[in-house]
Amino acid sequence: MLKIAILSGKGGTGKTMLSAALADILPVKRIIADADVDAANLSILLEAKDTTSKPYFGLPCAVIDPDLCTGCGICAEACRFNAIIPNGDVYTVRPIKCEGCNVCVYVCPAEAASLVMKENGTLYLSQTPSGVLSHAELFAGSGTSGLLVTEVKKQAEANSEDSEVLIIDGPPGIGCPLIATVSGVDLVIIVAEPSLSSLHDIERLVTVCRQFNPVMTGVINKYDLSPETTEQIEKWYRQEDISIIGKIPFDSEVLTSVRNCLPVTRQQSPASDAIRAIAGKVKDYLDEHE
Amino acid sequence: MQNTKTAHSNNWSEENVTRIVVASGKGGTGKTLVAANMAWAVSEQQTITLVDCDVEEPNVHLFFPSEGTQVPVCQTIPQIDAEKCTNCGACGEFCQYGALLITPEKVIVNPSLCHACGGCRLVCPEDAITEVPREIGTVTTSKPSDSLTLITGRLKEGEVAAPPVISATKDAASTNGDVIIDGPPGTSCPVIETMEDTDVCIMVTEPTPFGLHDLKLAVGVAKQFKIPSLVVINRSDGSDTDILSFCNEEEIPIVLKIPFSREWAKIQGTGHLIAAQDPTWRDAFLNLFTQAKERAEVKLC
Repeated sequence: MLKIAILSGKGGTGKTMLSAALADILPVKRIIADADVDAANLSILLEAKDTTSKPYFGLPCAVIDPDLCTGCGICAEACRFNAIIPNGDVYTVRPIKCEGCNVCVYVCPAEAASLVMKENGTLYLSQTPSGVLSHAELFAGSGTSGLLVTEVKKQAEANSEDSEVLIIDGPPGIGCPLIATVSGVDLVIIVAEPSLSSLHDIERLVTVCRQFNPVMTGVINKYDLSPETTEQIEKWYRQEDISIIGKIPFDSEVLTSVRNCLPVTRQQSPASDAIRAIAGKVKDYLDEHE
Repeated sequence: MQNTKTAHSNNWSEENVTRIVVASGKGGTGKTLVAANMAWAVSEQQTITLVDCDVEEPNVHLFFPSEGTQVPVCQTIPQIDAEKCTNCGACGEFCQYGALLITPEKVIVNPSLCHACGGCRLVCPEDAITEVPREIGTVTTSKPSDSLTLITGRLKEGEVAAPPVISATKDAASTNGDVIIDGPPGTSCPVIETMEDTDVCIMVTEPTPFGLHDLKLAVGVAKQFKIPSLVVINRSDGSDTDILSFCNEEEIPIVLKIPFSREWAKIQGTGHLIAAQDPTWRDAFLNLFTQAKERAEVKLC
């Protein structure tokens, strides 16, 4: 099974819109994963139903038993994450800051600290008209989103059956969740928009992706909003030897279909046509590499 | 031993200073647009520090090109003294992140998995572990104008740990005067690190199901810190009903609506500021700043 990730560096350039559209029309058996676990939106566009869920446990979290704590403060001194604070005569753990390193448990002379499992989110598996969707929700304020991305991908692979392709809607940024996403991916589709911010961000994105050696190809979304910036991005893609798989025009139908919670490819429109052309090229890639 | 604790702590204790975070949950809703235009408008009237905490993809500097001074941000990683190490495996067993691999011959450190907790050094019975700094990012300080200081955090490409870089970036701003922070997208560690020890959160959303879904998540994070929020709707076109009812329910004021315009998309896309080109919008962003300062006084329980 080939794995495709839709990435952008900068948020809001159209990753989810394009992921949903490709999931909608790629003419092969496919499985879909939403790796933007911080702000997962793909299920909104894919008419997800029959969802099953299971809890996601991230890193454990320390707790201090107030009855055993003598208030010596050795744990707070040793904690590198500022997660332990005084609370009256004893010390207490701020779960939002704790990274579950176990140092407080090790140093506590009163054996008052221990690590407990902490539910950090939920893993979902849904049925959609486009195929099975693996997605998740990270509880607001929880850490370990990279770990959850890995779980979402694993769950997709475990349910892939005879799928020919895994389509992954990626997270923004270049840090831990992005690295968890791009690892093991065959084809990266970069979604840029004609802004200097987007160009700056795909430069950093490509540097990180190169470490994992996927094939990379570029899309420019809303390309007609600033022709000169689009030209700059095209020039940069060429310079980096990244082929341009398509350009999508600004199209009010995109907003309409997002508001109707449907993939943009359900209607005929300039953006929809452009994405159909992109899907054709992705299909060619799949045929060549199957 | 050098105190490595500063890598994770902020020392913001000044009174009478407001620290405003611009957040959104969803990426690309216009956080940088709001932070940059507001900071520029305010800088016409008073001194202000603008901090870019979107360290994975910092973009504020594109709107304020100026030379700056750059300092490295380091995280410590364990270094194992092969002379002293008996390969007992205690460090690898203790490490919760799998950063220390015990092979039959020696211990191998995987720096990208290390959280710099210092546990391995504590448990080593042979005193064979020291901690050495490793550069994971940079903080750049520049002065785009006399009244505006810009501090930009940047995670090194290929590194995973954004929070220590965010923490160091915020520390670089801990002088006097009000602070506007352009935050990262999402709702996890980077956002938590950014919101900590701040006074008020401007949530930038857009009138789509995505914008609303992620606004709810971001408001959830701010609530955990008991930080009051206010909302800006970007690319507003009148279809704001769902956002309005959510904000009503949560008692969050909507203080600014920015309509979509092709012209503005182009201004923003080429690194220019709407506030600098249109006095009406300069005043609108100034008003946003005033409202945020007032909202910061609200105590949530």
